[in-house]
Amino acid sequence: MNNLLIWPVAVPLLSAVLTLLWPRRSTWIGVLGTTLSLLAVVLVSRQVVESGAIELALGGWSPGLGIALRADGLSVLMLLMSTLVSMAVAVYASVYISRSERRSEFWVLWLLLITALHALFLSGDLFNLYVTLELLGLSAVVLACLGGSRESLQAALNYLMLGLLGSMAFLIGVALIYAGYGTLDMAALAAAIESGPTAWVALSLMTGGLLIKSALFPLHFWLPPAHSNAPAPVSAVLSALVVKAALYLILRLWLALFDEVVTQTAALILGLLGGIAVLWGSWAALQAERLKLMAAYSTVAQVGYLFLFLPLLAALPEGTTRDVALGALVLLALTHGFAKSAFFLAAGVIMQRAGHDRIAELGGTARALPVTAFTLALAGVALIGLPPSGSFLAKWQLLSSVFITGQWIWLPVIAVGTLLAGAYTFRLLGYAFAPGEGVGPSLSVGREEIPAVLLALAATLVLGFWASAVWELVPISAYAGGEG
Amino acid sequence: MTQALIYALTGAVLFMLGVRATLLRESLLPRLLALNICGAGVFLIFVSLAYRGDSLPVDPVPHALVLTGLVVAISATALALALNRRLREMADE
Repeated sequence: MNNLLIWPVAVPLLSAVLTLLWPRRSTWIGVLGTTLSLLAVVLVSRQVVESGAIELALGGWSPGLGIALRADGLSVLMLLMSTLVSMAVAVYASVYISRSERRSEFWVLWLLLITALHALFLSGDLFNLYVTLELLGLSAVVLACLGGSRESLQAALNYLMLGLLGSMAFLIGVALIYAGYGTLDMAALAAAIESGPTAWVALSLMTGGLLIKSALFPLHFWLPPAHSNAPAPVSAVLSALVVKAALYLILRLWLALFDEVVTQTAALILGLLGGIAVLWGSWAALQAERLKLMAAYSTVAQVGYLFLFLPLLAALPEGTTRDVALGALVLLALTHGFAKSAFFLAAGVIMQRAGHDRIAELGGTARALPVTAFTLALAGVALIGLPPSGSFLAKWQLLSSVFITGQWIWLPVIAVGTLLAGAYTFRLLGYAFAPGEGVGPSLSVGREEIPAVLLALAATLVLGFWASAVWELVPISAYAGGEG
Repeated sequence: MTQALIYALTGAVLFMLGVRATLLRESLLPRLLALNICGAGVFLIFVSLAYRGDSLPVDPVPHALVLTGLVVAISATALALALNRRLREMADE
């Protein structure tokens, strides 16, 4: 039964090859491949829920010599989010991209991106992680420049260069780990790594590389141009999923592998950077003149929130309270994934209809595109953290962790960040619901509007009401060093 | 061991030189070269890790990792060059 684990990686990879061989049917194969990947992830998740973490030794070579794939609670949650988001975005893209000449290229890269994401979430080997990071980075860069404009190419090139630098730093960390411990298997490392100079330098280099990729302030500067100039479906997955992949790795490294190396000071530094990211990103989103740029800056802020959890997690003793805080972190990441992809898809609908995304000229959107305006409002609810969204529960837990640990400095950050998020959301809604002729009249619901509203509903309702599943899954860990 | 250490330290120096130039240079070609020097430094560290003394055979794992890393580095460099050429063509038009 364990070989189920290969399917979430193999299905999109095989579909990508099929798309290359048969470009005229690319849309069809792309959507079908995404659907089958969703099915594979659901099967794997069911098995993890029923029987705990699972492991697959690729090719029958035992870990240490070969490479292991592992699925536990955290990876299953990330997989489910990424596959559900990519399913909705694929349906949207089948309409959005259908008239483009670059259709078949889009679908090949799309499926490769999904392959890389799934492999990353399942990988149990540090070097394999580096390879999946590079696969993810390369396919994301090419997808980001499919728009073809000069700005998007320039942004994609910057994204590529910084991404490569980040991977190099990660790789040198991998080398140090191999030098120190003689293995790259993460389960073996989780037990072996002890505090010491090798582990310290390796952790700093790997974290530094991943911080570039997760766009934590002050390494965020590549993100807004790259995410806002890409085609809408690509922006959606870049902001919702690709950034989260780096964050997932930081969590894995900090909580499972290097849990004995991490100090309160190091966690505090990342928390402070996260705090600045929350304030600065929200402020920049409030100033943004274009809808997609606003969404991209809001991603910078939301990534900041996730890093606020690190000093709290480091201060909490292992056990239930820490698992609750970790669950809240994951819930916030998942909610943001759904909400931000919904937001970008809605922005794409508006851009196609109106020909621009200048916020000040969006008057009349609510009348012309009621479903899309509703999507923006719902996604806004999740970005602010109003009930009943998943981020409301997550922020509630974030606040209670602040109270438990007595780290009061995060309190004003969370309060001001939430107010600013409210301000930029309501500024947008104010324009979108105002009367005006910015967007041409149309009362029909387009097929491309549906996936966005479903994603927004997932962020606000599904994750809000069924959030307990997240807390049940998070403690299932494949790495003994983490949760014991 | 000392010989391997010299290689590894050289690799670390190359890595740092590469990072510095990647961040400080402005035009793309020198930055890309710097990134490749960075990569060469990392690979040199990996290769030096494989040495386990004269009596033992070299450890094959780091060598295999370097091969994979080289393939990734070459593809990424090619992609960056292609993007740069497209940008230049656009500037000419």
